[in-house]
Amino acid sequence: MTPNLTTSKEQGILTPLQRVQEQFSQEVVETHAFRGDETLVIRPGALLAVAKFLKTAPELDFNFLMDLTAVDYLFFAGGRVQKEFRFEVVYHFYSLKHNHRLRIKVPVDEKDPEVDTLTGLWPSADWYEREAWDMFGIQFKGHPNLKRILMYEEFQGHALRKDYPFNKRQPLIGPQN
Amino acid sequence: MSFLSSPTGFLTSTIKDALGWARKYSIFQYPFVTACCGMEYMSTAASHYDVDRFGAGFPRFSPRQSDVLFVVGTISHKMAPVLKTIHDQMCEPKWVVAFGVCTCTGGFYDNYSTVMGIDTIIPVDIYIPGCPPRPENVIDGLMKLQEKIQKGEQSRTLYDPRTKTGRPAELSQGYSIEQHIKHIESSP
Repeated sequence: MTPNLTTSKEQGILTPLQRVQEQFSQEVVETHAFRGDETLVIRPGALLAVAKFLKTAPELDFNFLMDLTAVDYLFFAGGRVQKEFRFEVVYHFYSLKHNHRLRIKVPVDEKDPEVDTLTGLWPSADWYEREAWDMFGIQFKGHPNLKRILMYEEFQGHALRKDYPFNKRQPLIGPQN
Repeated sequence: MSFLSSPTGFLTSTIKDALGWARKYSIFQYPFVTACCGMEYMSTAASHYDVDRFGAGFPRFSPRQSDVLFVVGTISHKMAPVLKTIHDQMCEPKWVVAFGVCTCTGGFYDNYSTVMGIDTIIPVDIYIPGCPPRPENVIDGLMKLQEKIQKGEQSRTLYDPRTKTGRPAELSQGYSIEQHIKHIESSP
């Protein structure tokens, strides 16, 4: 059985979400937890500090970056929901030692889509961040080799942005269609 | 042309027919395998269905030694120049088989990354649809290809999605089958 949040707090054991919230109360914008599935939305400026804490704090020990991707909230829910920031970069962390997980979301502005790189903490962030750059055009400040990973260098734009025309083709050879 | 129906031990034919007959039972294929259709290709090539019965059991992994290009699986725009180069490297006479619906039309992909049919890049002789096609389907395509090879026919057209019509493919530098037959027929 997954421990319920209140009982674990009563027992004095903080969940990863509660631990981060306690440490960075100023930086947490929003939280969400459902049956052990925990999510934190944090301010972009705090990303590196939070990430370092997740990796180094012994009670958290998130030694595995499972996934890093981005979401484009343009036309979200058919345009009915307007988000303050267009993009969100999503990180999924896992601790092999403690067998717990945490999801971190960082809202990113459309005009200057830039967040800090996590390649210094988790080397596996390298290719994930290149993919997020390739598909969504998110800049990762401090990344050692931020270039396209899936598409070719000649490709214009970022294919998974919601305003990229779904039927637009940019062939290297052959007719434009 | 048949050996069996010849009571005297002689047979008569034209050079074109004889060449076509020889070629259709000695296909050296180049498997350009990129995706899941490759599994069905392997199934067809293995002993249960046995394409060796059709003289096509000898895949060459060099385009310079092969005469039928099997394009098996989705072709992305990033891969397209490679496919074109492989096709250019093959010596004439050469044929192309589009194996699976992705190579025929793009299949269920309609997005930024996928080529909408390889016939926009290289001329295609035989289309084998299916996702993936059954081995029986592949063998049917192979037999239709053999008919084409027997007749000495080759596709020389590309599909242009802008006009929705065919357009002539620029011949790659090389020796066409028409040139070859002309050469043999004119030599003493």
